Amino acid sequence: MDQENKHFDEMLLNSDGVRPPYQEYQKWFSSADPNRLIKKSKEAEAFFRRTGITFNVYGQAAAQERLIPFDLIPRIISNREWTRLSKGIEQRVRAINAFLHDIYNRQEILRAGIIPVELIAQNEAFLPQMIGFTPPGGVYTHIVGTDIVRTGEDDFFVLEDNARTPSGVSYMLENRETMLQMFPELFTQNKVQPVSNYPKNLRRSLEACAPSNCEGKPTVAILTPGIHNSAYFEHSFLADQMGVELVEGHDLRVVDGRIAMRTTQGYKVIDVIYRRVDDDYLDPLNFNPDSMLGVPGIMDVYRAGNITIANAPGTGIADDKAIYSYMPEIVEFYTGEQAILKNVHTYRCSEPDALAYVLEHLSELVVKEVHGSGGYGMLVGPAASKKEIAAFAAKLRKNPSNYIAQPTLSLSTVPIFAKKGLAPRHVDLRPFVLVSPMGMDITPGGLTRVALKQGSLVVNSSQGGGTKDTWVLED
Amino acid sequence: MLGKTAGGLYWMFRFLERGENTARLIEAGFRIALTRSNDNASEWKSVVTTAGVRRGYDAKYDSYDAHKVVDYLLRDTDNSSSVISTAQNARTNARMVRTALTTEVWEAVNENWMTLKALMKRPIAETDLPAVLGHIRRSSALVRGAMHGTMLRNDVYDFAQVGTGLERADNTARIIDVKYYTLLPSASFVGSPLDNVQWETILRSVSAHRSFRWLNEGDMTSSNIAEFLILDSRFPRSLSFTSRMIADNLEFLAKDYRSRMPCNDLIDAQRDKLRQHSIKTIFEVGLHKFINDFISDNNAIGAKIELDYRFNG
Repeated sequence: MDQENKHFDEMLLNSDGVRPPYQEYQKWFSSADPNRLIKKSKEAEAFFRRTGITFNVYGQAAAQERLIPFDLIPRIISNREWTRLSKGIEQRVRAINAFLHDIYNRQEILRAGIIPVELIAQNEAFLPQMIGFTPPGGVYTHIVGTDIVRTGEDDFFVLEDNARTPSGVSYMLENRETMLQMFPELFTQNKVQPVSNYPKNLRRSLEACAPSNCEGKPTVAILTPGIHNSAYFEHSFLADQMGVELVEGHDLRVVDGRIAMRTTQGYKVIDVIYRRVDDDYLDPLNFNPDSMLGVPGIMDVYRAGNITIANAPGTGIADDKAIYSYMPEIVEFYTGEQAILKNVHTYRCSEPDALAYVLEHLSELVVKEVHGSGGYGMLVGPAASKKEIAAFAAKLRKNPSNYIAQPTLSLSTVPIFAKKGLAPRHVDLRPFVLVSPMGMDITPGGLTRVALKQGSLVVNSSQGGGTKDTWVLED
Repeated sequence: MLGKTAGGLYWMFRFLERGENTARLIEAGFRIALTRSNDNASEWKSVVTTAGVRRGYDAKYDSYDAHKVVDYLLRDTDNSSSVISTAQNARTNARMVRTALTTEVWEAVNENWMTLKALMKRPIAETDLPAVLGHIRRSSALVRGAMHGTMLRNDVYDFAQVGTGLERADNTARIIDVKYYTLLPSASFVGSPLDNVQWETILRSVSAHRSFRWLNEGDMTSSNIAEFLILDSRFPRSLSFTSRMIADNLEFLAKDYRSRMPCNDLIDAQRDKLRQHSIKTIFEVGLHKFINDFISDNNAIGAKIELDYRFNG
């Protein structure tokens, strides 16, 4: 270790011991030749670049495509830890789907006074077009990527629910492929649960959500904003792995009340569309009229029950950061159980008392935009300069209801492979959940993002974060 | 297959072919500049004309110096036919149709673009030019090899081949068009050094100086060369060969899709025309007119394919 680590490290105990899930790995690592590891690390980078596993960073025209750095030390989770985690995630996702159905139909949670009405009524993420409509199979969030952080042996917190269009699953798959190629021996020494079924499961799960009037095998397609989108690699990767077409808005149109794609032999009907386009851009007739990315009229086809859109439009209301603060109540209201996973305490800046507290404690808090994502537009108090804090305070006073604040958690660390050996860095975890009428499927593992800068808490790839392969052991 | 995907494949392979052709033109121009001291400028000018980029070049430069021409054709991103632009465009199209390509083909295209980008960060010095051109040739051979060795023979392959064929036909025809006067029987002062150099340049521009000599046992005349470039079905860059390549692959598509399209008729008509002509009758029609007609027919076939297979909306 290159520094005294006061945070919970998932691999190394402070007394020089190794936590149980890492024991086999540690044996292998301590006998590995560091020069070989350095060489392998470079190989991995060349491999990612050659295969085009890149992402685009907005606002950086010159850089265009960048690699997400890959760290070769895996993040290892025991079967016991995973069982508890996955139960908690399943409970939460179940509650989110029930919440969405309720909020767009009977609104019992509002009548019960658990959530203030104005939080829904005045929320941009609430889509009036979804009122009174139930999506095929009753599924709203077909794909969820729950962001989880850890602060101690048994302390897991949900940071964000990502119920719109979570990305990163291609890295989960490619990171594993890379590890298998680089260190096959590790996988005979450790029994690691496979993740490679994800594309097959995703396809099956989407097919199971096809509209009831679909005859025969459903046709699935992925809708991408195009090659300039930051996650384009993932869109084409998933289309390729699932064996479905990758379409853009201009490939689609409404034909006889169905959505159809333009093929070399005419228009072909699509039953299920996995869209990686935001709600607002989905349908220029119903939403943003300037959108070039969507399909005019798709919402009407949807409401007529002739296409499945995954995830359903309007799911953003559930991963809104202001709604997030009510998640423990939401889980309890719909499942009748206490939430298994904890929520991070959240100050709603829309409330005057909370705002006053936040303004006074900016240097200790993380402040986020209610609708923000990707680490953009947020303030990490402990890492910010006085000037940055003052500037942010001005923004906050101007539009308080646009922000929430949370205490900075002492995120767990996992070592990365640095020049001087192992070095602890903060991590989070995004497991991927598939929902269909058949049930829920959570791939064992997920995407571990790691803040590569020493001490940094920001793991977003757009802000210099890296990734690790994530192992769930079989026990 | 999506119409957009078909279009992406077609253009991806047109750009790959175009980049290779541009590199070959530079190679031929460079060669002639080395072997002849006077009037280099007019040779480089005809290279720019043959590459079809005169307008863009003239807007930027007012003379045809070797280093300007080479830079414009190799690394200038304002020139959509430059080697770097075509590599970039081929890759952009490949990214768009990524799901239709094998990993091998995608990686070859992606690596080609990465290495070219690195190679062409700075202007290429004359001493480095042969090595850079050699690299371009090798990497396009790699893409082609990956494609022939790994791709399914289905509509994906057909659209790729059609794109390659159309671009190549256009390129050979333009070379003849620019230099047609040196190929006329009347212009032939048999064996004069001037003609020999001109003919050599033409043959080098299509990588055929050795195969031509081999086939014609050193009997170099203007009409032999014209016949070789237009009618010899053994030569993979002749108009006859490329027309057959396009026709065959459009025929595969028609069979695969169980539907003949207007573009099938157009290419068949072009093939018939080539089959009915001999080099003698071509000279009777007029070489220049014949080639001009061919170029506009070729363009019409391309436009028809885009329409028939719904490349765009």
